[in-house]
Amino acid sequence: MFVILYSMEVKMSYILFVGFALFFIGAYGFLTRRNLITMLMSVELMLNAVNINFVTFNKYLHADKANGLFFTLFIITIAAAEAAVAIAIIINIYRKLRSIDAEDADTLKW
Amino acid sequence: MEVSTFFFYLISFLILAFGILTVTSKKIFRSAIYLLFTLINVAALYFYFEYNFIAAVQIVVYVGGIVVLILFSLFLTHQVGSDLPSSPLSRKIFAVLACLFGLGFSFFLTKEHIFQKPAEAIDVSMKYFGKQMLNYGDGGFVLPFEAVSVLLLAAMIGCIAIALKTKQPNNRTTEQQTIK
Repeated sequence: MFVILYSMEVKMSYILFVGFALFFIGAYGFLTRRNLITMLMSVELMLNAVNINFVTFNKYLHADKANGLFFTLFIITIAAAEAAVAIAIIINIYRKLRSIDAEDADTLKW
Repeated sequence: MEVSTFFFYLISFLILAFGILTVTSKKIFRSAIYLLFTLINVAALYFYFEYNFIAAVQIVVYVGGIVVLILFSLFLTHQVGSDLPSSPLSRKIFAVLACLFGLGFSFFLTKEHIFQKPAEAIDVSMKYFGKQMLNYGDGGFVLPFEAVSVLLLAAMIGCIAIALKTKQPNNRTTEQQTIK
């Protein structure tokens, strides 16, 4: 079913635009949200945007190799590790402070 | 317009719409569900490019793993249904301006750039990924593979170390006294 979907008709800059737009949506969320978990979600959006761009470059410019795809795989792995560590830290902060607002976590501030 | 082009625009629209809903929704639980739909649509984009293995990994790791992890931590730390506090208006305005500037800058930079001619496509099946991932010759990826393995192990140990419940200092002294 999916084999017939793809054609080179869509210009590369349009697909890159999707990646850029998703990245800056994530950046907007990171700048405006104050809750730690929603900030983590914004970071996930940004990582996904980078993955879209890697896959696009691989498809349109270097289809004879798969370097972009390998980068995508490694980024997905690192994103999983990052999310796990971040959530462990968030739950620990919640246990200590009873809040996961970024502005309440100021114990290290003197 | 061809059917494939229509599919591309549909998928892109869904990605961006759900992305915007993710970062603007007032309810945190809905925000997580919108993130889920965004990630599924990114997987659909990979299917559109005929990179089926990457799409499968995206669904398994992101949709099945990370979003479920986020939902679990939401249930552990939030009263679901309460609204998130909104940030001040000035911060929102400056964030929108910064993001629009970045978006326009990078889009026009790539729009004017002339890219090289595309190369002949190869078959990127799952077998190819497996072979390249453990290939230590030219163009092999065994070194980053090992590095990521060590990173995952370190992250796992780190998570356990961070999330372990530390005993209260009072309990510890009483335990030590009882041991003595």
